[in-house]
Amino acid sequence: MLRAGRPMRVGVGLKEVLAHLEAQVQQVLQVMSFSHSDITAALSDRVRLDYSSREGLADSMRAFKSSPGYEVTFSLLNPDPQSHHLHWDIEAAVQSYIQPLLSKLAPVADFSLDSQILYYAVLGVNPRYDPSLNAYTLNADSLSHVINPVEARLGSSAASSNPVLNFLLYVPDARHSPLYITDHRKNTVVSNAFSSPRWGGIMVYNVNGTELPVDINIDMTRVMGVFLAQLRLMLGVQSSAPPPGFLVGPCGPAGLADWELDRLLWSRSVENVATATTTITSLAQLLDQIGNIVINDNIAEQVSAAVASLQLAVGQLEVGNLGLALQYSKEAILQSERAFFDPSLLHLLYFPDDQKFAIYIPLFLPMCVPILLSLLKMAAEARQRRRERQDKKD
Amino acid sequence: MATHRCNIFMLAFVLCGLTCVFVREELVIRPLHSGDIYASFQFRTLWDTDFLRGISHYRLFPKSLGQVISKFSVRELHISFTQGYWRTMQWGQPFLPSPPGAELWVWFQDTVTDVDGAWKELTNVLSGIFCASLNFIDSTNTVQPSASFKPLGLGNVTDQRFLRYAVLPREIVCTENLTPWKKLLPCGSKAGLAVLMKSEKLFHSSFHSQALHFRPVCQDWKCKSTVLELRQTLNVVFDLHTSGQGKREWSLFKMFSRTLTEACPLASSSKVYVDVTDNPQGELFELSPTTPLLSQVVVLGDRRTYSVYDLTNQATFGQTRSLNMLLRWRAAENMLRPLLHGERYVAGYGLQTGEIHTLMYNNHPYRAFPVLLLDTVPWYLRLYIHTLTVTSKGRDNKPSYIHYQPSKDRLRPHLLEMLVQLPPNSVTEVTVQFERALLKWTEYTPDPNHGFYVGSSVISALVPSVVAMDTNSTRECPLFSSFFPCKEESSYFMRVYTEPLLVNLPTPDFSMPYNVICLTCTVVAVGYGSLYNLLTRTFQVEEPSPGLAKRLANIIRRLRGVPLL
Repeated sequence: MLRAGRPMRVGVGLKEVLAHLEAQVQQVLQVMSFSHSDITAALSDRVRLDYSSREGLADSMRAFKSSPGYEVTFSLLNPDPQSHHLHWDIEAAVQSYIQPLLSKLAPVADFSLDSQILYYAVLGVNPRYDPSLNAYTLNADSLSHVINPVEARLGSSAASSNPVLNFLLYVPDARHSPLYITDHRKNTVVSNAFSSPRWGGIMVYNVNGTELPVDINIDMTRVMGVFLAQLRLMLGVQSSAPPPGFLVGPCGPAGLADWELDRLLWSRSVENVATATTTITSLAQLLDQIGNIVINDNIAEQVSAAVASLQLAVGQLEVGNLGLALQYSKEAILQSERAFFDPSLLHLLYFPDDQKFAIYIPLFLPMCVPILLSLLKMAAEARQRRRERQDKKD
Repeated sequence: MATHRCNIFMLAFVLCGLTCVFVREELVIRPLHSGDIYASFQFRTLWDTDFLRGISHYRLFPKSLGQVISKFSVRELHISFTQGYWRTMQWGQPFLPSPPGAELWVWFQDTVTDVDGAWKELTNVLSGIFCASLNFIDSTNTVQPSASFKPLGLGNVTDQRFLRYAVLPREIVCTENLTPWKKLLPCGSKAGLAVLMKSEKLFHSSFHSQALHFRPVCQDWKCKSTVLELRQTLNVVFDLHTSGQGKREWSLFKMFSRTLTEACPLASSSKVYVDVTDNPQGELFELSPTTPLLSQVVVLGDRRTYSVYDLTNQATFGQTRSLNMLLRWRAAENMLRPLLHGERYVAGYGLQTGEIHTLMYNNHPYRAFPVLLLDTVPWYLRLYIHTLTVTSKGRDNKPSYIHYQPSKDRLRPHLLEMLVQLPPNSVTEVTVQFERALLKWTEYTPDPNHGFYVGSSVISALVPSVVAMDTNSTRECPLFSSFFPCKEESSYFMRVYTEPLLVNLPTPDFSMPYNVICLTCTVVAVGYGSLYNLLTRTFQVEEPSPGLAKRLANIIRRLRGVPLL
């Protein structure tokens, strides 16, 4: 952070300089460290928190939940291959723009990158023609219906169960060109893109073609700039406004500043610790519900290992080793999930008590009926005899 | 327009470098002598790439399949879904044979260390991609054939540890399997030949088979580099009486309820072939619209003539901008008998034992040739291999190579592979006796009286051909004649599948547990109750009760309030 500043008098001592700067340094640290919104975002899935505003709720739900790996997929949608011949150099663009960011985020999670081109893929909404702009527009309200028909063709990875971040680049067909996205106030969005929380982003790329078919080389710089910003939002890098009088310096070639990475490590560790704790607590509750469940030794070992990892993670967080804390929290999650999802803990494997009654009653009830009847008869006879004896005495 | 397209593809070929993909699509229409008509679609995508772990970029090759292939290190993948049985004697030989049900065979790369684990995961992932129940494939119906399923692509690996073959004869094919299969095509079902694939007509047919074949092939005749080839095929036979309403007149609209309007813009070649070999002067049937392009192709050992419609040429569509071919018959024809044919049935009576008979017909007048017979029998039909007999023309015919792997209960099936020499113009019969096993009561399917399916036998052979075959595989020949690699000029490779068998196993009465509970409870209650009463009853002397008439009169008097008798 740089300070656009007040001029200073020359010839003061060190102590005065430090005293002068202390207030500004505190302001900088306030911005760079963990704030209330970070905690809210990290724990929003586990703890019921009340939100001051709708934007606060939306902000906390935007980022993906913590996971050991993610799949990033870039898709080019071409609804009209007859008139548009599109070429995109995705390999080089990914190498120069996205790969540095993902390499810097390597301690957070594993990333795998993919790209594909889909032909004859249309958006789910018919854009309306706006004569004032002389173009077709997609309203902000209709954006939630855009994704559905496309999603069937995108295909999540068949080979892994990691969550997928989809980035779509849509080139509108010749009959609906040019296409702009308008926000709630009817102004066109500069980047012509929007993002859907916990899913991905879509950008509309307009081409001018007077004579069809037209050969187009897509400008990957502009496209990757938008996708990179959306990727940062999806992964939970919270951007906070600097206090007045300060400027934010450019972050390195990776697109992510070191202090932003630290904040991400911290919030991920907190989220993982909360998740692991919830899992182990649920396991304990399950044991209370089913009295005769059998816990194998390996499950007990996993649970104790998970608890040990949790304690180590919390200890490292207190000390401030964020990388180690994240590693321990990831191990804690892995062990707690392995213990919880073990096949031997299936609820249905154990007989509830009412089923046991249902099996034994048809066998024992017919036997008990004559015994009960004769007991009743014996009791009646005994009472009668006692009455007779009483009468005889009298 | 055509030259413009040519130039673009020349330019693309020169410039595209690492990730060259080319798409070809074709449709072959062959009228059959029984009045039915056979349509075969083939779509081929070539992909030139190395697999880098973690980053893969797909353009025309489908991403879901590419990820599966790179994760499980698959070298060749062949999967087919078939509804119906191909009648060889009435219809001749198909271009791509397939057994009824689902068949999957995979060659893994030799870098795979745990082939069984990879096979189990692969079948589960494929069953998700194709919406089929391939997850029923496990060790009880998977075999490793030693000779019948050699790699169809490049490579000289002969270690059958990397091969797995499984067939599910009970699998039913319907629209929910066709839709994900169509999604793998680059143009989808929006343009090109795939617009004809509408399920309401395709499944209203005698035979329907969709398949996917993935293998590495040579890029050009020098074979310096290999590319990956993905072929998707769909074979369908429309019945004369069901779809044709009894009239021997076929058109694209009658078969598919659609006509062709354009070629797929991503395809470098899009053609329709109609078999006119038996119709040189137009005396058998009339084909309209006429086309000047004729092509002679050597396929299945015979030289056939085809009328070709090139969809990349706008002139093919004519004034109406749509192509609807019409074939109208004038006279009846007789058919060339197929050279190799197989049948299978179960003989015997009762639910204890039985006999499997496999018949192989060699209809060649003077040439004998060897065939490889592969039989996979599930473990619950216990084969007695000492009763295996092979007879031709009444005499014993000893196979020159037998590979037999006995079954293990609930672990793996029987595998029997034999190399049998078929004498000319004869029937060879293979018989083996078996005994039916009694399964545990949880192993029966919900409808056990339907029976249990035994997968088709596979007969693979190099059949002598009347015409010299073309061994140069890289010339521009149509897709339907270049599927099976051709190593010699005088014979061609053919695979024939027999019928699946439906066998009844001794089925227990599943209501017995309920009956046992009822009976036991009743016996215990009645027996114990009576015994207890006898032991604890006290006897008292009582007056004899009055007769029935007096008792009824007493009831009436009590109701009236009158003193009793």
